[in-house]
This record gives sequence, structure tokens and C-alpha cells, in this order.
Amino acid sequence: MDRLLLLTTLIAAGLIVTVLVSLRRAHIRVEYSVSWLIAAVILLLLAQLPEPLRWFASWAGIQDPPTVLLFLVAGVFLVVFYRFSIIISHLRDANIALAQRVAILEFRLENVEDGRL
Amino acid sequence: MTPSAPVHPLLEAGRALILIPARNEEEAIGGVVDEVYALFGKIPVLVIDDGSHDSTAAIVKGRGARVLRLPHHLGLGGALQAGYRLAFELGFEYVVRIDGDGQHDPRFITDMINAVAQPGVQMVIGSRFVASDDGYTSFLRGLGIRLFRAFLRPILGKPVRDPTSGYVAVNREALEVFSKSFPLEYPEIEALVVLRRRAFHFIEVPVSIRPRRAGRSTITALKSVYYLVHVMLGVLVNILIFDRRRWR
Repeated sequence: MDRLLLLTTLIAAGLIVTVLVSLRRAHIRVEYSVSWLIAAVILLLLAQLPEPLRWFASWAGIQDPPTVLLFLVAGVFLVVFYRFSIIISHLRDANIALAQRVAILEFRLENVEDGRL
Repeated sequence: MTPSAPVHPLLEAGRALILIPARNEEEAIGGVVDEVYALFGKIPVLVIDDGSHDSTAAIVKGRGARVLRLPHHLGLGGALQAGYRLAFELGFEYVVRIDGDGQHDPRFITDMINAVAQPGVQMVIGSRFVASDDGYTSFLRGLGIRLFRAFLRPILGKPVRDPTSGYVAVNREALEVFSKSFPLEYPEIEALVVLRRRAFHFIEVPVSIRPRRAGRSTITALKSVYYLVHVMLGVLVNILIFDRRRWR
């Protein structure tokens, strides 16, 4: 359990550093970094507070507290991935609408220049 | 099967548009446009070039047809919606969609326009199976079409013989709907549901499908399964959320 908590702490710290470096280099926008930073902080807290993990394991009837940690970590990342799926869907819709409008405007411009409209 | 009258007055009057989505169809598209012009004269033809890497657009322009060039590949639904949007903005009353690979015989365009110009009909499907089930291109495709028929029957409230046909004509009412809300992937079947939700009506007219002029189908067995699942999910989503859906 202790090694797993240490590993989780390192992963969370690594995630925070990676996100901050990416922000500084403008590789990721602030609004999209928030989800990752929140996920990393939640991981860090879970790794630093083993008692709530044991309590949750007992409450859920899970014999092995590390399983609870993995379960919660998976849950946190599922939420992050789902949020990004929504964002990607919106961006794709916007991209398609924009591409269609560009094509139509280009078509109209060409035809105005050719005197066909 | 032979089509009827040669040139429809609506085509001659420039009130109907022939819409042809195409992607990398340089070997076939010229023949398709030539055939349309040979049958009907210089009627309005718009080819939507969905991000081709070949000379599709140049060949079409060389024939004197108009090209709507998308800045990048959008997929069939996105390309068709762009065409429907432009057709609606340009004021066309009827649009007939045929494929750019030459599978759709343009001699049936007159029958399609006659059908879609009837009162109370918003969309016409050119169907291979109105008279009989002969003409399945493959066992798997035939199986899929039968499955879609059974799936769509209660949703549409009427039978549809050839729900995957891309040989389609719409009037201005349907054109307005499609210009604002159109399924982006594998659109044929979902489009029927979109119209049904607005209490629009479609009918099927018999057409025959020919072998493609060039190239070959990119549909594999795995893609067919993906297509099946995707379309069924898309239909269900359309039923569940259509009224709250944002119009693009």
C-alpha cells in the first residue's frame, strides 16, 4: 500500500509539473489544463490520505485498499476523458460549420468574379 | 428497367440542381457530368469536392459544371450538407443527389423530379428494390438492408425498401431542413429519421444501379459492422434528442 501511495504521489506530481511546463510553453490552453490539474490534485490528496481510502474500502466491502485507489484514479480520469470528448465534439461541429461556410463564400466569390452570380 | 421522359421542365427552367458529392473521383467524375449534360443539356450541376487529392475539381470545371471545394475532407454528410446549404441559399426548389462514381444512372433523374414535385412529398429515394429484392451488391449488404428495413419500419411508420440508397431527390422544404440539420456520417438512413420527425413524407421510385465507372468500394466487413452500429445508434440518438438539438 505504501509503495502504491508513493507511486501515485510521484505520478500526480509528474502530471502537475508536465501540465505547468506545457502551459508555460503554450502547448496547452489554460481552460484545457484545468481538468488535468484538478485530476492531479485529487490524486495527490488520495495518495496523502490513506485513512479515507481504508474507510471507503471498508464501507464498500473491498478487502484491498489499493484496489480502491486504482478504482478512484480510473474514475477521475474517466471524468477528464469524458469532458474532453464533449469539447472535441463541439470543436468538430464548429470546424465543419466553418469549413462549409468558407467553401460557400469561396464559391460565391469565384462566381461573382466570373460574373455568374 | 428504363426511365421515362427525357428532360423535365423544372430542369430546363433551372429550378432543379444536380448535386454530386465526390472525393478522388478523377477517373469517373468527368463521365458522370458528361452523361448528365448529354441527357439534359447544360442544366445546373454542382459537384462537391470533399478534399480530393487528385484532379476531380479541375475535370469538373473543365466540363463547365460548378464546383464547391471544401477546404478539407469532411466526410459524406458534411460534404452533402455544404451542397444543400448552398443550393438553399441559391434558391433552388429541387435537388437531386447522384454519386460521383457513376453508379447512379442519370436517366432516372426525370422520374425522381416528377415524384418529388408531387404535393405532400418532400423526399424521393431512388430504390433498387421497389419491385423485387433482386440487385443486392453482396450478401452482407443485402443482410444489412433487410436489418435496416426491420429496424426502421416502426420508427418511420411505413416500410422503406432501400434505406441506404444515395440516389435521392428533395424539395425546398426538405432542403431547408437538411441545410440546417444533417447527419454527418453515413447520412442516408438518419436523414429519413430527421425528416420523419418533422412529419415530412418520402416515397420510393424504381431505379437501377450500375457498376461504378472506376475505383472500388472502400467498404470492408469490419467497416460494415461499424456502419451498422453507428447508423443504429445515430437513429436512436436522433429520436431521443432531436428536438433539443442545436441547429447548425
